[in-house]
Amino acid sequence: MVDKRKYVIPGDVITTGPFRPEQNVMLVGEKIIATAVGISEIYDDSVKVIPLTGKYIPKIDDLVIAKVNSHTSLSWELDINSCYVGFLPAQDVFGRDFSAHADELATKLKTGDLVAARIANFDRTRDPLVTISDRDLGKIDSGILIAISPSKVPRLIGKKGSMIQMIEQATNAAVTIGQNGWVVVSCDTPEGLLKAKIAIEMVNEKAHVANLTDQVKEMLDKKSES
Amino acid sequence: MGGRDATMVLLDENGIRCDGRKIDEPRKIMIRAGGLKNADGSAYIEFGDNKILVGVFGPRDVHPKHMSNTDTGILRVRYHMEPFSVGERKNPAPSRREIEISKVIKEALEPAVMLEKFPRTAVDVFIEVLQADGGTRCAALSAASVALADAGIPMRDMVAAIASGKVADTIILDVNNEEDQAGQADMPVGYMPNLKKITLLQLDGVLTSEEYKKCVTVGVEGCKLVYEIQKQALNDKYFGKKGD
Repeated sequence: MVDKRKYVIPGDVITTGPFRPEQNVMLVGEKIIATAVGISEIYDDSVKVIPLTGKYIPKIDDLVIAKVNSHTSLSWELDINSCYVGFLPAQDVFGRDFSAHADELATKLKTGDLVAARIANFDRTRDPLVTISDRDLGKIDSGILIAISPSKVPRLIGKKGSMIQMIEQATNAAVTIGQNGWVVVSCDTPEGLLKAKIAIEMVNEKAHVANLTDQVKEMLDKKSES
Repeated sequence: MGGRDATMVLLDENGIRCDGRKIDEPRKIMIRAGGLKNADGSAYIEFGDNKILVGVFGPRDVHPKHMSNTDTGILRVRYHMEPFSVGERKNPAPSRREIEISKVIKEALEPAVMLEKFPRTAVDVFIEVLQADGGTRCAALSAASVALADAGIPMRDMVAAIASGKVADTIILDVNNEEDQAGQADMPVGYMPNLKKITLLQLDGVLTSEEYKKCVTVGVEGCKLVYEIQKQALNDKYFGKKGD
């Protein structure tokens, strides 16, 4: 149950009382205070602020789109559009019998390659450890990369995936959304690809608008007629 | 501008100051959030005749690496005045005064920014003074805090700042260039309005303890006015014109 949505800026008092502070809020005495520009939401027992701006901060189990920056003989370094670099150990790709002198990392992933990866581990002391050994993860061979603001990713997905499902159905495109704000779109037809790209950029620009899903739908329908 | 005018009356018998303001009236303040595409966050402030642009980057990698801290992020602030910001050309190299103001603004922002959330990173704040007319450190601090919020860096509170001072034996709010040059005291105050905490307090001049207390109170009240304008700037950018 969501109750009392409010626009907040850092320092605003959202509410007082026995609530659990979640993301982007802090507890000062009895007061719950916003720490970011965004929309506050009060649930039954917790309060959070959905930020409208900000960089991507890795979280365990997030799906991200990453770009290979470089590699050593033991691991790859991935750009995950964050202030930290992703760290992909070679064992993850070659398996447990990986040997640093027998296997050459560049045969699997080269600098500049895109991968769909998952944040396996991350804490304050170390750079995020990512993995690509799972279903739907791994090297991305086709499609275009669109960068949106990481804070607008939830809007692109929509409630229970409504927004992204609608875009996929209308354009026949396959969209992979990384929580870090990088989105890969692939499609059999160039028209569908272009349409999906325009729709995603529209969500990025108009994320604050109410009933955006309807507006995007309208835009997609209009384009398919012409 | 800038030159001392011996005949100038700083405060007339009706309590009107040299630029026509009342004793507790700030100059006209306008803040705009955003505007710089390549910075993560930015703000522009017009504080009377002061015009200041602030760009914020981060959190991002620290270079040189040895400056990074494994426990917390670091805040780096550069306050810089353009050569054309004052009457006579200013050497663009960082002066003693600019280095000091950079440090003072950094220390005034640090209590507000939650750097401990981003260990091994840096948040960079670049302040460019395009036009100066007294009170630039306060204007710069107010704008920097809007730019940090615009960059989405977690903050405990906004920092609002304004100067109070003493002119013709009277405590006034928002000291301008003439009053700063010819006045008796100048006290920049930085304040977190929701947490009710002072983050910047400097004093140039001599005040009695009574005057000092009055000066701080006047400054804090002024900060609350500045805070409303900061709030409006962020509301305008993120929530349309209406605010909440």
